[in-house]
Amino acid sequence: MDLGLDEQQEMLKNFARDFLEKECPESLVREMEEDDQGYSPDLWKKMAEQGWMGLIIPEDQGGAAMTLCELVVLLEEFGRALVPGPFISTVVLGAVPIMEAGTDEQKAQYLPKIAAGELIMTMALTEPSAKWTADGVTLEAKKDGGDYVLNGTKLFVPDAHVTDHMVVVARTGGKGEDGITLFIVDSKSDGIKFEQLKTIAADKQSEVIFENVKVPAANVLGDEGKGWETVEKVSRVATVAACAYLVGLSQMDFDTTLNYAKERVQFGRPIGSFQAIQHKLADAIIDVDGSRFITYKAAWSLTEGEDDTDMMISMAKAWASDASRRVVAHGQQIHGGIGFTKEYKIQLYFRRQKWMELMWGDADYHREKVAQLMEV
Amino acid sequence: MDFRFTPQEQAFREEIRDWLKTNLPDHTPGDRMSGDSENLNVYKMFAQRLATKGWVAPHWPKEYGGLGLSVVEQLVFNEEMAEASAPMGYSTIGTGWVGPTLIVYGTDEQKQRWLPQITAGDVMWCQGFSEPNAGSDLASLKTSAVRDGDDYVINGQKIWTSGAHYADWMILIARTDPEAPKHKGISYFLVDMKTPGLSTTPLIDMMDNHAFNEVFFDNVRVPRANLLGEENRGWYMAATTLDFERSSIGGAVGAGRMVRELTQYCVDTPWNGHRLIDESRVRSRLSDAAIEAELGRLLSYRVITLQSRGAVPNYEASIAKLFNTDMQLRMARSGLEIMGLYGQLDHQDKYAPLKGRFERQYLWQTGLAVGGGTTEIQKNIIATRGLGLPRQ
Repeated sequence: MDLGLDEQQEMLKNFARDFLEKECPESLVREMEEDDQGYSPDLWKKMAEQGWMGLIIPEDQGGAAMTLCELVVLLEEFGRALVPGPFISTVVLGAVPIMEAGTDEQKAQYLPKIAAGELIMTMALTEPSAKWTADGVTLEAKKDGGDYVLNGTKLFVPDAHVTDHMVVVARTGGKGEDGITLFIVDSKSDGIKFEQLKTIAADKQSEVIFENVKVPAANVLGDEGKGWETVEKVSRVATVAACAYLVGLSQMDFDTTLNYAKERVQFGRPIGSFQAIQHKLADAIIDVDGSRFITYKAAWSLTEGEDDTDMMISMAKAWASDASRRVVAHGQQIHGGIGFTKEYKIQLYFRRQKWMELMWGDADYHREKVAQLMEV
Repeated sequence: MDFRFTPQEQAFREEIRDWLKTNLPDHTPGDRMSGDSENLNVYKMFAQRLATKGWVAPHWPKEYGGLGLSVVEQLVFNEEMAEASAPMGYSTIGTGWVGPTLIVYGTDEQKQRWLPQITAGDVMWCQGFSEPNAGSDLASLKTSAVRDGDDYVINGQKIWTSGAHYADWMILIARTDPEAPKHKGISYFLVDMKTPGLSTTPLIDMMDNHAFNEVFFDNVRVPRANLLGEENRGWYMAATTLDFERSSIGGAVGAGRMVRELTQYCVDTPWNGHRLIDESRVRSRLSDAAIEAELGRLLSYRVITLQSRGAVPNYEASIAKLFNTDMQLRMARSGLEIMGLYGQLDHQDKYAPLKGRFERQYLWQTGLAVGGGTTEIQKNIIATRGLGLPRQ
């Protein structure tokens, strides 16, 4: 039993931190908020050269065949540096469903390119109902000869506008979890319209409208009507990924705030000498550390296929969602007026926390899942 | 990132479980060591049973009567004892406080004299630290120890002394240099509770238990051989002793058990035409309780990880303790609120849910949030010692 990082993970962490401090400075984060694409192709290429896009992709598909535990270590650093762009969308939402449900042909077609940084992908799951559950999937896919025709609207689709392909979660019949089918859809297909949403974190989410979009039957991913099982597998990884991002984000917000409390002088002494501030920071470090270790537990359980995996994932997201919000709220309050300015960096963390808090289910959503599992 | 125990550690866990099947007393006392001597006897008997296995202080080095267990094996041991609600209180201060301090600061003679009695489960220790006007500000204590020939003469008063009415020995900190700055004039003594001039008075707590006492010193003569370490260095030894409080795993394990009991209660209890657990307010609270119990366990495991790797935990141990204490109080409160009007029933009432364990826990945890350093003092320590924030 050892909750720390092993040698390889430690190396990955240190390397990623140095790399991102150099390649993804605050100025780039700010620039990408205003940028229509929302990512830097130059940074994307450099990250691909490190093998990060293929981190969890099998070796025979050009990846590094590491586990979710290593991905969590990396994503913690992404959260710390607020790396903008479609990394989680591509590596988790795009690659994982293909790894889980793809044919050999599909794997060979997409995974090596993802690993090489040549493809950008996402998953189009949520709709205007804003539900994470299967009954929220209403986008219709109808068979028409050798094709399927997709009609409907997806909303809150991360990074959709810059993707090459999307894994689209559609309904071919049935109700609830039954009758859901996944399609790998070329994002440039006729009949697809993207409109970017304006979000609190200035991340890039889109409304994606499908109007008679033709998709060849060969692009069905997994068995027709059985797609929800794959979505659940993706959702487990994506939820842990969101937690890892929140851990890194919280840690950086905390570190910044702690330094500020040591330096900022009022009433002739550093504000960090006041117990009102000290107690907030003591609470915050519990929240940060707690988020980290419950996230590690979830990642490890999923990697090892433990019986309590779903419980651990929901516990992690419920806790990290609430805890990270408390951390960044303290961060703002301790920074006082300067924290509220656009110029100072702490607000970048505050706004992104809310985004990740809501992604893949907020605390209430996952508390309910925990309660369901407790009854069993 | 490895949350698995080794086969050897698992085997040890099984061994403990098997042993407990035959050695756990039939009559496990209601909550904690309280006034009646029947209760005390159960604790003492269990300590002596543990001694036959070398399990009173299994993490101590073999030369001092332990088994030299690794920190993870010790964790496993503590988890199993907590899971079984084993009556462990008899030797707690001896194994957790006295022994470790003696091992570091004691002379060979002192070690020979006191350590074997502790590992044999023969003696009970109490701790004479707090005073009526020295609580959170412990270093302002006034009980005096004045050198007189081969003895020190102690005068003054201690308070909140758990188990003083049963204890054979006390660890005592007293002022030997009233002129020195407050942290630098304190010495550490081992005091025989039967010494003339030493008397105890019961302090009944709000659970109606007699656990605490006031202890009075009226010209109590303590031989110089009972001084631990150097004169006037007692504060620093006491601070080390406080650090021996390790991973707080017991709290997390106990909390996990209480969540399971509470969940079962909510499944079994009808409410408004369905089950109590079908209420969304109940689900949300149960879920939070389960999550926090898991968090408590992980924060404790993290301390063990650091110790296993040879590092000295700093704020990490403090946050494990703080979180586990706070968490158990929140959980008890949640339990009572879930139970509604039934929640207020005393454990002696026939209608009390779960034999009143949550009601008892609610009262007890309120005390634990104060004892051994209040929540606020813990946060001060985390902030200043752990996070390096300035004191002024």
